Amino acid sequence: MSLAEPLRSGAAQAPDGAPVLSVEGLSVSVATEGGSRPLVQGISFALRRGETLAIAGESGSGKSITSLAVMGLLPANVRATAGTVRLGATDLLRLPESRMRAIRGDRVAMIFQEPMTSLNPVMTVGAQLAEAIRAHAPLPRRAARARALDALRAVRLSEPERRLDQYPHELSGGMRQRVMIAMALALKPDVLIADEPTTALDVTVQREVLDLLRELRRETGTALVLITHDMGVVAEMADRVVVMKDGRLVEEGPVARIFAAPRQPYTRALLAAVPRMGTRPPADVPADAPALPSAPPVCTLRDLTVRFDIGRGLLGRPTHRVHAVEGVSFDIRAAETFALVGESGCGKSTIARAIAGLVPFAGGIDLAGHELRGQGDVTRAVRRDAQIVFQDPAAALDPRMRVGDLVAEPLVIHGIGTRDERRATVESLFERVGLSRTQLDRYPHEFSGGQRQRVCIARALALRPRLIVADESVSALDVSVQARVLALLRELQDDMGVSFLFISHDMAVVDSIADRVAVMFLGQILEMGTRAQVFGDPRHPYTRRLIEAVPVPDPTHVRPPRDRLASEVPSPVRRRDDPPRRLRLRDVGDGHLVSEPGPPGEPV
Amino acid sequence: MSDAVLPEPRRRTALGRLARRPLALLGLLVIVVTVAAAVAAPWIAPFGRDEQLFEGLTLEGAPMPPGGMFPLGTDLLGRDLLTRILWGARTSLVIGVAANGMALLIGTLVGVTAGYFRGWIGSLLMRFTDLMMAFPALLLAICLAAIFTPSLWIVALVIALVNWVQVARVLYTETTSLAERDFIAAERAIGAGHGRILFRHVLPHLVPTIIVWGTLGISTTVLLEATLSFLGIGVQPPEPSWGNIIFENQTYFQAAPWLVAFPGAAILLLALAFNLVGDALRDVLDPTQKGRG
Repeated sequence: MSLAEPLRSGAAQAPDGAPVLSVEGLSVSVATEGGSRPLVQGISFALRRGETLAIAGESGSGKSITSLAVMGLLPANVRATAGTVRLGATDLLRLPESRMRAIRGDRVAMIFQEPMTSLNPVMTVGAQLAEAIRAHAPLPRRAARARALDALRAVRLSEPERRLDQYPHELSGGMRQRVMIAMALALKPDVLIADEPTTALDVTVQREVLDLLRELRRETGTALVLITHDMGVVAEMADRVVVMKDGRLVEEGPVARIFAAPRQPYTRALLAAVPRMGTRPPADVPADAPALPSAPPVCTLRDLTVRFDIGRGLLGRPTHRVHAVEGVSFDIRAAETFALVGESGCGKSTIARAIAGLVPFAGGIDLAGHELRGQGDVTRAVRRDAQIVFQDPAAALDPRMRVGDLVAEPLVIHGIGTRDERRATVESLFERVGLSRTQLDRYPHEFSGGQRQRVCIARALALRPRLIVADESVSALDVSVQARVLALLRELQDDMGVSFLFISHDMAVVDSIADRVAVMFLGQILEMGTRAQVFGDPRHPYTRRLIEAVPVPDPTHVRPPRDRLASEVPSPVRRRDDPPRRLRLRDVGDGHLVSEPGPPGEPV
Repeated sequence: MSDAVLPEPRRRTALGRLARRPLALLGLLVIVVTVAAAVAAPWIAPFGRDEQLFEGLTLEGAPMPPGGMFPLGTDLLGRDLLTRILWGARTSLVIGVAANGMALLIGTLVGVTAGYFRGWIGSLLMRFTDLMMAFPALLLAICLAAIFTPSLWIVALVIALVNWVQVARVLYTETTSLAERDFIAAERAIGAGHGRILFRHVLPHLVPTIIVWGTLGISTTVLLEATLSFLGIGVQPPEPSWGNIIFENQTYFQAAPWLVAFPGAAILLLALAFNLVGDALRDVLDPTQKGRG
């Protein structure tokens, strides 16, 4: 503290308008076997009090490394090789670790993307907050706790007294991120660095966290460095933007100018790739017109229900039940893209897993002529007709197998073709998804994220399925890669007539690819219809809330004022003798189905 | 942008990559020398295995220190220590490799089956493993050795039956977390059967753990054999093993330290050698490490 004190006064004397944090010519290199490789080259930016600077860029652009360099948290083999990082008058790069530690958390704080892994799971929220406070301020335990409570109140966490004694796993993702923000702001730092603070959160929670950050910045005057790949978040939050690519600064400027008149081709390409709600003309796909009644659906779900029993009562009997999917019915027509949207925990992925035969289910799935009444009916033959593409291509590919073998594996399992024929099939699949046949003998880790997802798509296509379930398949990709993978999916649909069940939390992406859309909440469908119906004329209040919460990549967009909804999503876990209320869908015209809104106070 | 083609890394065969690691080569050399010595013991040993030499004791009847006729000294009965260690390598290698291999096999089978299938099979297998863990290993070994007549192979079997539990426990945990990974779900979604998933997609990921446990187990099994010998249920004297040479002589540790030091060093060296080779093998067999080393 004694070390930090003179620094603080130094910053306070700085005239208004002088930068709180200024980075000049920052270069960072990683030491590898083949010598040092630059990660960030000559980055400069300045941050004034109360200002929000967004550092935008795709993965590998060096935006996170830049923030870690500012915090002095670079990994062991990574070093800042040139430049200065000035906080007030102090060059942070030249500070010894002991003095840096005093500054970190106290004057420069950071919040990370994943609030679960940033909190210690075996300490209560209150203990962690108090620890962070006491690390910098010599306060007695009781006073630190009082300050922790104030911090939780400041981030508008519900029931702050109770939260102090709870463990991180008892809080939802949004609440955990609020705790992280509370921890970062408890000591009133001059600069807050937020590294993708809302990327792991649902869109409505993201909205709340962004609103909160904006209000706190206004109240405390803390300068905010916002690192994000999401141009929507940039447009809503930032005063100024730094666009980075491959470790270099591409363009810097006020947010309005960057969006209205980007000077660099890269910025222009980046902005063009961003999916936007409501920009796709409503009638560019014939399926938007009333569907042909003659074509039988590829997949029909009737009253699909997935429940898991949990909890141990007396004699090991389960006491509670997770109602993951509760009586969902819809059909997917040939060559159609049907989208399921909803926030995490709404059961959309469970539907994907039920169709892929990965979870036990009740109700019926009619899939390309197979009548499935339970998980046991999902035989090998059924799997030929329905394939799944997962969210994280790095996790969905066995890292110890060559991609060529991985793509050939479905053919081997289903006994299709000879070895040479399979090789030929795999080669043509590779070319179909835009990969080179020379890459067949490589391992998954040798590919980039977008390429890996192409491998997964090739693998799903190998069996020529009628239906491909894409479970958040583009969510983990950079926007420019995402746009290309979406284009590939559209192309494949035109060429092969395959149907997609497209599952996503990203409304803008869904708007850009879907023919029909169903909105899910707590395991049930709230609203369903064509894309134009659901997004153009949302009837259910929850659908409206979802759409309104999507960050708009346009700084001139004015968001209509709205009551703050600090409500948490209710849990799908219920006592076994207390089944949820089934929602009935009502046709409001042309097959646009909407459930009646629940009683006031309930979110549905 | 991110779709850019990454440079083609150089590829080498597993053996070629192993050869680029001097430490692993050293380990391999030690193993080869030990095996050769064990096989050739009858021909290269300077004296007979159980030969009690008159020159092997001082006038007072104390063992001879290293030097002269006996490079590693002699034991209490005037037998040449070098000869004993060469012959003992046979026993210790059989125990270290065979007993340990059996333990790994049983442990892997139980752990992977329980971890992959879970359910009542898994519970049954793991409760049995816990039971075995709670049971005093030495007591179990004594019981088993009492039932069968002591011989080298019985000792190996007994050690295997005692040592598989840790392996099963560790692999069980690892398999359960592996089985929940997305790529296993992806395998199931394309219609892969249990056999294919287990052998092509689960086992390869367990190889590093199995290798580590295998090499760690070598020194413990060699010493467990010595304990059993000491209790009279292991390898029977006068047949030497590294373990029982140490046990026979540990009371004279201060007067004749070489009697403990040399066989001890032999165990250490062998265990270390297996460890180095195992480590290198683990890296070499992991495709995600290629191009890094």
